[in-house]
Amino acid sequence: MSAFNAIGEEREIDRDEFTPGLEPQPTWCPGCGDFGVLKALKQALPEIGKTPDEVLTVTGIGCSGKLNSYLETYGFHTIHGRSLPVARAAKLANDGLEVIAAGGDGDGYGIGGNHFMHTARENHDITYIVFNNEVFGLTKGQTSPTSPKGHKSKTTPHGNAKSPIRPLSLALTSGATYIARTAAVNPNQAKEIIKEAIEHDGFAHIDFLTQCPTWNKDARQYVPYVDVQESDDYDFDVHDRQEAQEMMFETENALHEGTVLTGRYFVDERPSYQEQKKELGEMPEEPLAERYFDDDYEWERSYDLLERHK
Amino acid sequence: MSDDELIWRIAGGSGDGIDSTSQNFAKALMRSGLDVFTHRHYPSRIRGGHTYVEIRAAGHEVQSRGDGYNFLLALGDSFARNPKEEAYYGNEEIKPLSENLDELREGGIIVYDEGLLGEEDVAELDLEERAEENDWHVFPLDLRSLAKEHGREVMRNTAGVGATAALLEMDLAHIEDLMEDAMSGDVLEANLDILHEAHDTVAEEYDFEHDLRVPTGEHDDEQALLSGSNAIAYGALDAGCRFIAGYPMTPWTDVFTIMSQNLPEIGGISEQVEDEIAAAALAVGASHAGAKAMSGSSGGGFALMSEPLGLAEMTETPIVLLESMRAGPSTGMPTKPEQGDLEFTLYTSQGDSSRVVFAPGNVEEAYEQTRLAFHIAYEYQIPSIIIYDQKLSGENTNVDVSFFDREPAPDLGSTLTEEELAEAAHDASGKFHRFQHEPDGDNHVSPRSLPGQQGGRYLATGNEHTPAGHISEDPDNRVFQMERRIQKLESIREELDDEHESNQTYFGDETADFGIITWGSSQGVVVEAVERLNEQGHAVKGIGVSDMMPFPESEMVEFIESVDQAMVVEMNATAQFRGLIQKELGRYGDKLTSLLKYNGNPFEPAEIVEGYELNVNGSDEEPSAQVRIEPAAGD
Repeated sequence: MSAFNAIGEEREIDRDEFTPGLEPQPTWCPGCGDFGVLKALKQALPEIGKTPDEVLTVTGIGCSGKLNSYLETYGFHTIHGRSLPVARAAKLANDGLEVIAAGGDGDGYGIGGNHFMHTARENHDITYIVFNNEVFGLTKGQTSPTSPKGHKSKTTPHGNAKSPIRPLSLALTSGATYIARTAAVNPNQAKEIIKEAIEHDGFAHIDFLTQCPTWNKDARQYVPYVDVQESDDYDFDVHDRQEAQEMMFETENALHEGTVLTGRYFVDERPSYQEQKKELGEMPEEPLAERYFDDDYEWERSYDLLERHK
Repeated sequence: MSDDELIWRIAGGSGDGIDSTSQNFAKALMRSGLDVFTHRHYPSRIRGGHTYVEIRAAGHEVQSRGDGYNFLLALGDSFARNPKEEAYYGNEEIKPLSENLDELREGGIIVYDEGLLGEEDVAELDLEERAEENDWHVFPLDLRSLAKEHGREVMRNTAGVGATAALLEMDLAHIEDLMEDAMSGDVLEANLDILHEAHDTVAEEYDFEHDLRVPTGEHDDEQALLSGSNAIAYGALDAGCRFIAGYPMTPWTDVFTIMSQNLPEIGGISEQVEDEIAAAALAVGASHAGAKAMSGSSGGGFALMSEPLGLAEMTETPIVLLESMRAGPSTGMPTKPEQGDLEFTLYTSQGDSSRVVFAPGNVEEAYEQTRLAFHIAYEYQIPSIIIYDQKLSGENTNVDVSFFDREPAPDLGSTLTEEELAEAAHDASGKFHRFQHEPDGDNHVSPRSLPGQQGGRYLATGNEHTPAGHISEDPDNRVFQMERRIQKLESIREELDDEHESNQTYFGDETADFGIITWGSSQGVVVEAVERLNEQGHAVKGIGVSDMMPFPESEMVEFIESVDQAMVVEMNATAQFRGLIQKELGRYGDKLTSLLKYNGNPFEPAEIVEGYELNVNGSDEEPSAQVRIEPAAGD
């Protein structure tokens, strides 16, 4: 018998199951875009048939890191920038889990930038949502890796001399196999994108635009937005790397100029890291975590390896 | 210094096959019934540079490299051909000979490759004169030509081994067997030819006036030749570890590669990742999801692990980390041993430490304590660290195979099943009380659930948190949680004292009133020095300490109280372990002195003996240049 009965359990799932019954109340400011991510996740998860017990959400530090405090799943609120290595190891140890990692733009593109690049390269089968509000929120409004050039804050009193990160292009060149941008102000699209990302076999990156009404008042609140899939002005093939690349570039430029383009940008069927590792014989077929509960499993002993040392 | 031992040193350049040759030769000696101990000295360089491996073999137990050596096989450095490099490395070609002569004992044997070490070079060394003075027996052999004639130049190692066997009147059978295991086809044929040719040439052409012969010995059991790194890896496998994540760094890489080579075959997972922060974070993630997981590094890489280490403490996620020390600070000397990261390992990461740190003293202890580290980590949901060093990592010694004949221990410790979770305490919202204020047991451990288990949902967070894992700054909750985490160390101390044999190793004369205290890999050499002192009529006892945290307070008090004076021997410049003893016990500042060495080479027994004599008799003379006596500090 499985030690993880929640995994693969099939039943009707109520949206409210993902909402904590009593505490805690979100500490996000009124009007914060983070509510949009929370809402989209709560809507998406029951629709794809996931129960709270089979989902593990792994977050970093900052306002975004508190996502799993307000979402009823297994949660691991890690440390600044480190959600991805924790998330991908959890998936390796038990690939029956639905693993969703989340963090902010400072967390994900700054301090955790190296992990982002490598997790995308390896194409781990996890979903990664980056709350992008172009500012450090919880530390009170400093410039972030996605803050526009010229952005003034306490740490850049004369304006930001750096150009912002291009998260979509970065994900593409690093090797992510599902890349999208959505916005808290666009709940229907956000829900659909999150569903697709979770169902995608491979590293799915969502640059999720979340307005910060407290520390980024001057910034665009991401309205009006344009859904590139809905608009007749944009025609590109999400399976074509070249076309996707060009569209991402245009999207990232447009945001600097005040136009918000959202949608799916790239979808690729490259096998996930877990699949490839299994194929090479570098990862067991059955979840590693299950084995510790299997009384009949025969554990190899080092004694059997000693021949080469005699 | 006993005469019934062989200490064979093979010297040359990195990349000359010194390692593999010496490994096989050590095995051949082991198979002939001898106890062996190897010591590896190498530069941070892929090819060329001065490197040697020493194999000590005797009919009695050997626990250290010993003092000096009595047989030198000097191969030339075939890779040092760039004249520009001389500015940095001197003349590499003659180094295998010149660099090694100072430590060669009286009556020793030298075989050097006259095919590579030119006559002019050798003449510069006044070799004849020195040989006469020291009664050395010198055999210049053209190993290179011999190897070329029957195979390839690179096989001159084999020629050297053949010559060695002839000079020591050794049977070639074990060496042949090992060659047959390692090679096949033309390569094997060529090597066997070279071995015999060298052996026969030497046997026929030379008169053996030297006294050195291969010692005789007899083992009762089957033996295995293992390094500390092997032992740690095997301890981990037998503890049920099936997940490792790491980033290569000397000397930790040894364990990492051994694990990586074994894990896929037995259904485990090894991950080489982007950096050490990720590596330790992966271990945390895998353990959180229900695998027995480990990671590790050496000083500089371990520094990066301080964040995930603290996260593991706060979320009470069991992990095992290795800290394989090398000389620091910073990059330091990557291939040289030092015991300089003790304080760093004990206190790395912010906040009050709640972790377990073991420092095994030899290969067998490395295996035992790795198993124990996993047991403690998973039972008490706490990070366990094995601190060891480049010396223990690379030194090979023979161990009875039967030592490893025991059951695997894949127990996940205080982890609940779904049936148990159904009975456990939950919030009104359905969250499992994973961090209970007052756990059911009296060991301060609150059992955990694993993601994917029905009814075990909770939030693990690096923030302070309530029993269900909600972030909380409530002062009462803080005190409850903090004390529970810290008090686990007391519970662990109790278990270590009551349920396990002591991790501390006692040796020497129990009634002695002079004590030598050491820790980690310096233990073997101190054991030997203490034996020697007692044989010389002094009364000395020793203790090799392995428990760094929680500290073995009662054992240490008992030991120190039982002597008038104690000398703490460790490989660092700031007496870190002596500092720990005084911090933990709060006294004995006037009773402890230190013998410190930090030049990149491990202690030799004679240096400990010298340290003892200086301590007891005092002297106006400074101790040997690279050993320092640190006097006692007042209370």
